[in-house]
Amino acid sequence: MTTYDSVLHPPAIIAELKKNNITHVVWLPDSETNFMYQLLNDEDSLDLVPVCREGETMAIAAGLWVGGKKPVVLIQNTGIFESGDSIRGLGLDINQPLVMLIGYRGWTRRGPTPDSAARYIEPILHTWGINCYLIETDDDADRISIACEEAERTQKPVGVLVGTEFGV
Amino acid sequence: MINNTDAVKLIDSKRTDSVIVPTMNANNVGFGLPSVTSNQDLDLPLSGAMGKASNLGLGIALAQPDRKVMVLDGDGSLLMNLGAMVTSANKAPTNFYHFLFNNKVYAVTGGQPIPGSECQDWEGMAKAAGYAAVFSYDNLEDFTTGIDEALAASGPVFIHLSIEPQIENTPVQFRQRSPRTVKMAFDEVPAALGVGSD
Repeated sequence: MTTYDSVLHPPAIIAELKKNNITHVVWLPDSETNFMYQLLNDEDSLDLVPVCREGETMAIAAGLWVGGKKPVVLIQNTGIFESGDSIRGLGLDINQPLVMLIGYRGWTRRGPTPDSAARYIEPILHTWGINCYLIETDDDADRISIACEEAERTQKPVGVLVGTEFGV
Repeated sequence: MINNTDAVKLIDSKRTDSVIVPTMNANNVGFGLPSVTSNQDLDLPLSGAMGKASNLGLGIALAQPDRKVMVLDGDGSLLMNLGAMVTSANKAPTNFYHFLFNNKVYAVTGGQPIPGSECQDWEGMAKAAGYAAVFSYDNLEDFTTGIDEALAASGPVFIHLSIEPQIENTPVQFRQRSPRTVKMAFDEVPAALGVGSD
């Protein structure tokens, strides 16, 4: 397998969302998931709900969930830091089975991680008791299904950290 | 100005099968929606995540496009999350009715003035954000006369209300709480909407 083959491509993520009957993607664009935008726009089975600030996503997802839909949120790790009160009040406190796809800005396996957005994200999720999975290649994409199953079973948010993504 | 309880009573009287998402003073257990509601099963109160009531209502409106959703917001709350006005207007749900209870103070923390309380132009902000229709009422008579027109308009609709401040000074841990918690509401509303009954 070449290096290029072992990266993450947006179609693998979209396929997982469709497989899990996701209806809405509530999101704010980020550089880690940039190439997914056009595919999401073109996918009739997924309704994009763009927001102005990341903390809105969990609240909108809560309303969609109460109304019978199955949303995910898609934001950058920096947005998780901004979203603390929403995750507490409209994720954990109401037992929302929400999968949060989180762009893992600053993530690298190749040595020191100078970006604090990458260094802090996993400890913060764990402090909230939110389990998370890492996807870096197409072979990892099925962890989205694991996260969806876990969110439903535990009735709480689950994180999926999205490592470097490449275009179609 | 309009009395808080009179405002929620009037809105509740027009709700039919609407979902109502009240927050802050509109959700006060003593003089807000919980004290007057005619259909508690379709009330989804928000007392945590301040500023997110309209986001919550937007999600329901998108999920249930054939049912009206009425958000009863506070001015201090909405200021925490002004971008939500653009978020709502951008998705443009025709069944979304955003009431702003503007009392110019943080009523639940002792009545401190909210920033810019004397100079805000909420109607202008709503129009600029892209709401399909904007209404404003500063007395109960006009609100009573006008609410049918506002609720007949195609959403997203923004309805600004000038509300008399009712100040809470009791520390949070000693306040009267609604016996129906936010968690209970989230557990009960899906059944009232018929979600999962197919």
